[in-house]
Amino acid sequence: MSAIATRRRTLPGFGLTMGLTLSWLSIIILIPLAGLFLRTLELSPEQFWAILSSRRTLNALRVSFGLAFAAACVNLVMGSIIVWALVRYRFPGRRLFDAIVDVPFALPTAVAGVALTSLFAEKGWLGAPLAALGIKVAFTPLGIFIAMIFIGIPFVVRTVQPVLQDLDPEIEEAAGSLGASRWQTIIRVILPSLGPALLTGLALAFARAVGEYGSVIFIAGNLPNVSEIAPLLIVIRLSEFRYADATAIAVVMLIVSFVIIFAVNRLQRWAQDRIPVH
Amino acid sequence: MTMQIADSVSLSTPDAKARLHAVAARENLRTEPKAVRIAIISVAVLFLTVFVVLPLVVVFARAFSKGIMAYLAALSEPEALAAIRLTLLVAAISVGLNLVFGLVAAWAIAKFEFRGKTFLITLIDLPFSVSPVISGLVFVLLFGAQGYFGGWLRDHNIQILFAVPGIALATTFVTFPFVARALIPLMQEQGTQEEEAAISLGASGLQTFFRVTLPNIKWGVLYGVLLCNARAMGEFGAVSVVSGHIRGETNTMPLLVEILYNEYQFVAAFAIASLLAMLALITLIAKTILERQLDEGHDARDH
Repeated sequence: MSAIATRRRTLPGFGLTMGLTLSWLSIIILIPLAGLFLRTLELSPEQFWAILSSRRTLNALRVSFGLAFAAACVNLVMGSIIVWALVRYRFPGRRLFDAIVDVPFALPTAVAGVALTSLFAEKGWLGAPLAALGIKVAFTPLGIFIAMIFIGIPFVVRTVQPVLQDLDPEIEEAAGSLGASRWQTIIRVILPSLGPALLTGLALAFARAVGEYGSVIFIAGNLPNVSEIAPLLIVIRLSEFRYADATAIAVVMLIVSFVIIFAVNRLQRWAQDRIPVH
Repeated sequence: MTMQIADSVSLSTPDAKARLHAVAARENLRTEPKAVRIAIISVAVLFLTVFVVLPLVVVFARAFSKGIMAYLAALSEPEALAAIRLTLLVAAISVGLNLVFGLVAAWAIAKFEFRGKTFLITLIDLPFSVSPVISGLVFVLLFGAQGYFGGWLRDHNIQILFAVPGIALATTFVTFPFVARALIPLMQEQGTQEEEAAISLGASGLQTFFRVTLPNIKWGVLYGVLLCNARAMGEFGAVSVVSGHIRGETNTMPLLVEILYNEYQFVAAFAIASLLAMLALITLIAKTILERQLDEGHDARDH
């Protein structure tokens, strides 16, 4: 017994570092977040419901969640293609393209916002040819969609890439030599192995796009009920000193994010249990 | 001569042919027809060019659209200089705080076993999944005029919102997980043997940390600080909510980009944006180099 105790106590500082960690975590993260929930409790259920069911709130939530989901789906498909090209093929500039996948992570969102707007505005490099085709991107919901695709792409690529890299080549060879066509091997063998990573990437890209503010508001047009995202509505309500409204919208978004993290955690654990570690 | 004959003989035997076919077939089993390969590479490259390369290029193109003099003039405006100074100050505060926190938390989490560890890590990760706007809002609800501590702060004449402390707090909130997340897996992987040896040889806790642990994790620390700093300098949503947009006082660089852009001062907006874009590019290059260092360390420990 004393052997265990001394073994546990050989390194000093557990009490001190754990105490500091918990205090600092509480001051910076937990107390501020708890304040948000406390504020919501001050509202009566009727008030809370009235705020959430107002037309403008509903539309803002619909724009944010709907477009974020659509963008995450595009990211899932395009991200898979990018991962496949980066991991399986050799082409000039591959390492460079691999590195620039992280640009949306690293580029400040306001910079991304003004850059995308300038690119897709009617006189922009891409906006002009699109306008000639009759497609208006900037200052429409399509612009929000584009910005959300931009911001989400690294999430899918960086979640799926390591899993595809570590995939055992013998499984594919076995499938092929047993007579499966290449397409069948991809659908029946590779895709299921990537499944948890793909879902995680989708969830992370979605969560990021739902809460995204900086890269979206410049290109969005911000027309209430049409191209107004929920985070912007929070900012507007705050500037009008309608704190209750801002808080209620924020709480809904926060709960959704928490549900997503929880789901992602379960997904990761499930994936780890399913695939034996070699 | 005999060799050649032997070769041609062995190649023509059905067995050797079969083996050659088998090798080619094995390769074929793991790849796609050339046309498909080219199509996939083209789609990937085109997508990344449109969505990632062009936005970067357009920032610099517009920043220099009126020439280098206009660019430099925009950057030497007092407002721009004030924003750069504030951004550096806020980043220094929040990176410093999160560095200390990251080291402390990683020590507690990586070097000891306790219940609820996974949950604690989830809590540390929380800011990653909170919308930047909400990260700012929570501090308005605490310290704003109608906030929980608003009255007390006013009575004691302490300004948090619409001032540097509020901006630093919101930035610290958003960048909270970076250093800790870079260090926890690294320190867990390294185990506790070296530290235990140092302690048993009579080193104090702090000596052990500074002489044994820190040299082992130095690349990880740098990696965390790098990412933390990039996000701290570039944060927009959270800072926008708490800053109050007071010109020359509470505008960080990203906020100034917004203001100048909305006032149609495009050269100036993109000039500031180009500095932030350069920061992002430098961060990415440094990150790639550091990842290589960390991989080497990883391999060295594995073998």
